[in-house]
Amino acid sequence: MADYIFKRLVQGVVVLFLVSLLTFFLINLAPGGPSSLIDFQSTAAEREARLARFGLDKPVHQRYLSWLGGVVQGDLGRSINQGLPVTQLLKQRLGTTLVLAVTALVLASAFGLILGVAAALNRDKWPDHVVNIISTLGMSIPNFWFGIVMIIVFAVWLGVLPAGGSSTIGRPFSLADRISHLVLPAGVLAFSLMPNIVRVTRAAVLDMLSADFVRTARAKGLRERSVMLKHAMRNAMVPVVAILGLVATVLFSGSVVIESVFGWAGIGRLAIEAANGRDYPVILGVTLVAGTIVVVINLLVDLLYAVIDPRIRRD
Amino acid sequence: MIDAGADRATGAARAAGSASTRSRLWRRILRKPVGIAAFLLLVIIILAVVFLPQFIEHSPTRTNARAILQPPSTSHFLGTDELGRDVFARILAGGRVSLAVGLFSMLVGLTLGTVIGGTAGYFGGKVEAVLMRVVDTFMAIPTFFLILVIVTSFGNHPVTVIVTVGLGFWAQMARVANAEFKRFKSHEFVEASRALGGTHLRIMRRHIMPQVLPQAIVLATLGVGWAILTEAALSYLGLGIQPPLASWGNMLQNAQGYLWRAPILAVWPGLFIAATVLSFNLLGNALRDLLDPRS
Repeated sequence: MADYIFKRLVQGVVVLFLVSLLTFFLINLAPGGPSSLIDFQSTAAEREARLARFGLDKPVHQRYLSWLGGVVQGDLGRSINQGLPVTQLLKQRLGTTLVLAVTALVLASAFGLILGVAAALNRDKWPDHVVNIISTLGMSIPNFWFGIVMIIVFAVWLGVLPAGGSSTIGRPFSLADRISHLVLPAGVLAFSLMPNIVRVTRAAVLDMLSADFVRTARAKGLRERSVMLKHAMRNAMVPVVAILGLVATVLFSGSVVIESVFGWAGIGRLAIEAANGRDYPVILGVTLVAGTIVVVINLLVDLLYAVIDPRIRRD
Repeated sequence: MIDAGADRATGAARAAGSASTRSRLWRRILRKPVGIAAFLLLVIIILAVVFLPQFIEHSPTRTNARAILQPPSTSHFLGTDELGRDVFARILAGGRVSLAVGLFSMLVGLTLGTVIGGTAGYFGGKVEAVLMRVVDTFMAIPTFFLILVIVTSFGNHPVTVIVTVGLGFWAQMARVANAEFKRFKSHEFVEASRALGGTHLRIMRRHIMPQVLPQAIVLATLGVGWAILTEAALSYLGLGIQPPLASWGNMLQNAQGYLWRAPILAVWPGLFIAATVLSFNLLGNALRDLLDPRS
């Protein structure tokens, strides 16, 4: 087991190193530069001084090494447009994103599991078809458009929920206010996340229902409840846990868009602002942090998987 | 004489056999009404965005200050936007862009994924270790962040957008191609070809690729839907196709500014994206049932 953990850990670090290499060189080898450094009123000398301030006068491999050196020590550089350290910007924004992402993940998992199990237990009957329609719609409807439609319905027409933001500006903290701001974005994000979970759950439960050990459990006279809960469902959860890594990447991509629709100041919004302002250090930092979170989640999922299913460790 | 007769007989039998296979395939296709409906809807949408613009009187870019934010009427089927442009004409023009970006970026992802994943699976060993680590890297970056990085660095020319969206899709395709090529490389028909002196390239192209094709077609169909969604999201965020060139995504971005005055503006582009992507997904699922007997 220790060998397995070590191997996966090394693989994770290698992937993260490659992520940093890929993003850094993509950004730095591209034509053009940070937009705020280019203005036509400044003299050549002023521009060069600015480049030097951000270390942009050095060759690219030297920049990479010094950036990587900083990253290892927890320093992601400074935002070109805002002048603040990237880590500080990330710290301000990460909480907002996590609230949204975790809520969406919990909603999507809860509904996804219930619908997936319901579909599998009623295979080819109407609940299965309804669940299939819901998850196909979830896959096909653009989540940002769904968000806009929800804003039209609940904020413009009915006026019962706020149209955007993560809290009412200028009002002291109140849980009800936070929740009312969270309902629409988390619901919309969960809706687009759910199909993945529904599909895997349905397939896994179907697999289990025809498994030999379930038939044995029934044959030895166990109550149906105990067959389902202790034998079938428990084993069906293994593949569901396994796709959480994939779900995490979808969740991140989704939250970038949803944060923009609802005006949430999270790291997704930060990434968009940085992309529009060509704020390279911020883009690099956000991507690296998102990549790290995905790698860590995948690592945890694999370890969990290895604990549940001993065959994996030996492979 | 007898030989020739026998030859003719087997030839006829073969023809009859293939005819009955074909009719069996048709019968199986006809048992997928949802897939057929999705296919027909796609054909209609594609024909509409390609040919209809020639037949309608409004231009997608001509503004009209005296007719802004008009509700749907007989002259403007879907009304006009904030600059008085005909929304229906813009939907058609935007559809051309969205569909083209979706199709071409899927092709980029499919080609890149099949070549790299297939090579890795076929050769195995060190080649596979290196190539698949690259695939892992792309999988580790949430797609949208990867796309943001590329668009930030290389700008948002439509061709860049196509390549970028394709790059968001290739890693997934590479994983599938890798697994499939690995599965088939030790089959007898591949070994037979190798024994006859077939080159690696020939074996991969002529012998393994046809086996992988059904799965690739299914993934590609689903991939187009995904690519259209991604392009729309990117353009909605202002990072994809730029105005005045219309795309379903950037029409939604415009519309969000008028949610309180003309909410209907935000409905149309989304409906068209949803209908198109839904059709690609339903068609993809039907093709999967039809072409991939294992699932």
